[in-house]
Amino acid sequence: MAKEKTVLTGVHFMSGDIACAEGAIAAGCRFFAGYPITPATEIAEHIAARMPKIGGVYVQMEDEIASIAAVIGASYAGLKAMTATSGPGFSLMQENIGLAAMTEAPCVIVDVMRGGPSTGQPTLPGQQDVMQAKWGSHGDYEIIALAPSSVQEMFDLTIEAFNLAETYRVPTMVMADEVVAHMWEKLVIPPAEEIKIVNRKRPNTPPEQYLPFMPEDDLVPPMACFGEGYRFHATGLTHDEHGYPQTQSSEAQTKLVQRLCDKIRKNADKIVRFEETMVEDAEILVVAYGIVARAALSAVRKARENGIKAGLLRLVTLWPFPEKHIAKAAEGAKAIIVPEMNCGQMVREVERTAKETSVFHLSKLGEEPPTPMEIFEALRRHSK
Amino acid sequence: MPERHWRTPLDAEKAVRPKAEIHIIKDQCKGCGFCIQYCPKKVLEESDEINARGVHPPRVVDEKECIICSFCTAVCPDFAIFVKEKQCKDGC
Amino acid sequence: MTETEAFEHPFAKYLRAAMMPHIWCSGCGNGIILNAFVHALDEMQMDLNKLVVVSGIGCIGRAAGYTNVDSFHTTHGRPIAFATGVKLAKPELEVVVISGDGDLFAIGGNHFIHAARRNIGIKVICANNFNYGMTGGQVGPTTPLEALTTTTPYGNIEHPFNLVHLAAASGATYVARWTTLHVRMLAISIKKLLQREGFSFIEVVSPCPEIFGRRNKMRTGLEMMEWFRKASVIENFSDPAKAEITPERIVVGEFVDVEKPTYEKLLHDKMAQILKESED
Repeated sequence: MAKEKTVLTGVHFMSGDIACAEGAIAAGCRFFAGYPITPATEIAEHIAARMPKIGGVYVQMEDEIASIAAVIGASYAGLKAMTATSGPGFSLMQENIGLAAMTEAPCVIVDVMRGGPSTGQPTLPGQQDVMQAKWGSHGDYEIIALAPSSVQEMFDLTIEAFNLAETYRVPTMVMADEVVAHMWEKLVIPPAEEIKIVNRKRPNTPPEQYLPFMPEDDLVPPMACFGEGYRFHATGLTHDEHGYPQTQSSEAQTKLVQRLCDKIRKNADKIVRFEETMVEDAEILVVAYGIVARAALSAVRKARENGIKAGLLRLVTLWPFPEKHIAKAAEGAKAIIVPEMNCGQMVREVERTAKETSVFHLSKLGEEPPTPMEIFEALRRHSK
Repeated sequence: MPERHWRTPLDAEKAVRPKAEIHIIKDQCKGCGFCIQYCPKKVLEESDEINARGVHPPRVVDEKECIICSFCTAVCPDFAIFVKEKQCKDGC
Repeated sequence: MTETEAFEHPFAKYLRAAMMPHIWCSGCGNGIILNAFVHALDEMQMDLNKLVVVSGIGCIGRAAGYTNVDSFHTTHGRPIAFATGVKLAKPELEVVVISGDGDLFAIGGNHFIHAARRNIGIKVICANNFNYGMTGGQVGPTTPLEALTTTTPYGNIEHPFNLVHLAAASGATYVARWTTLHVRMLAISIKKLLQREGFSFIEVVSPCPEIFGRRNKMRTGLEMMEWFRKASVIENFSDPAKAEITPERIVVGEFVDVEKPTYEKLLHDKMAQILKESED
């Protein structure tokens, strides 16, 4: 089965959805379970065509609840696994995203955001699920979420998502949007040996001494998989280091839930990724992510041409939120503009972090993302 | 149901009924009574003692009657009873 | 009679000692189902390193944790979907789902019929106790008509599922029903379940005296078992459509035992075919 290439090294002209699928395969993903949904379907279609040729599994489940459940099962059986969906499916997945967080199952969930709520506008872009990514399941837990801005990043960040999921044993989300997913751009796929691949930590204790939920110094427990002779138990109930239910112990609850949060919070500096453009001397900042960040970059350049000291801080990691960096960048700025394809979501995180700075939201819903002119106008208005 | 006609086993004369050794893990019993009720030879009965769970575990009335069918082992929801064949010389 | 420690029980090695005693009530049938399951494992000399037990939520959902093999206790209704991922990722593993009627046929009903339709080689054992026991006895998808539950205080007006009919119609390749009184047949049937390649299903009619029985004139496990004893008739390979459970009649036995290619096999064959075509 090894004849088919897993990494399609070379220069391509590709859509974001297909780039995402290729990124997953390059990262070592060998299990995909999904359910058709616009605008993420092309990921499933491409993976369905590729997987059988490289010895991987594509299975179309009966709904998104089953898809994420199967992904967690495959992850526990030792494969790198993912699913891809959009808002309605992402909503259905939330309970089991909590299960993945609770049982520390490495997995990747791609949400190609469209207009919501409910069925909303299936073929139009949105950024309305970014808070749901963090808070969608009940209870306290942390996840990692990345926001690609280009076809190249659909490839690169999907690999990154797998690496982070495997490193921290955490569900990791690629929060794409319809524009990034459906647009066609140049994609450069590097040689396989130049792609950094991370695999989950494996136990080096014999099975009889293995404690499946005993963390190491990085707060992440090494992971054995089914069928390897460790014969361990995992449950969505609050559990101890053995994986055994502890439903009455406040100590067990505190210890586990705090660790699930801390393993991301305390490693945030290692996880967080962002991109700064002309931020150092900026008096007015744009904080943006996804496709909107590209319009924002044009707007910032135009503002500079017009004598406005503008800068762009592009969020690559939405979660954990780059608090320190926003706070630092905000120090010299009089105002921050946060353009988003929603009614105000990440802007609240910016407000919370940049306390001393005036923060303005630029909301755009419907057919197209905010245009460079719209963001430029906002920069001009608020720089006065 | 059709009537069943059982013949006498050909080796009935020579056959020796195995001797049973009934093990009761008293504190594991929850007192459902299934083993007592469904023992075909009525080997068990409810005891007077009260175990760690506050119920009366079964006790053996006559171990010699046991035919080691092990129904009690299989029907016990609490893994509290099992039967072994007694290992002894010269028919203990 | 011999006084004995728990670890000496012949099946002790199949159970996680740290989790014993189990949480199930006196007279509950779940322990009998677990007993029959490990009995079958014992008789088959099953490789415990290649067995995965998955369960959902509910009283019987704890069975996965009690079994001393790789095990996973999923969210409510999702054990079959989780098991599908395990089985397709590592087809060499034996993947068994042990869960309840509410978990598998109400909240998880869709996963059941689709896994059966695809003929994924997972094995499902359902404890049917006629109600939601763990939450205190609410009406469920198998609650008999007119039965009293906490949410049908005037008698149930919902028609119950006939699980063996549903399984057969959905495409399961092995379908059987036993009660917890049919312990020997149950253990034999579980062995068959484990030997079959395709999606296989056993419904075990199980007493729930504390929660269901006491509201329905069967206050003890013994009374519920007596109902099973009096009402059960073994009719192997009879029409599952006619096997509805009524107070007077519980048809038990094997209903379906057929062979058809599993999803895993078809997937493997398809991959081989694609590879061959690409070489030609």
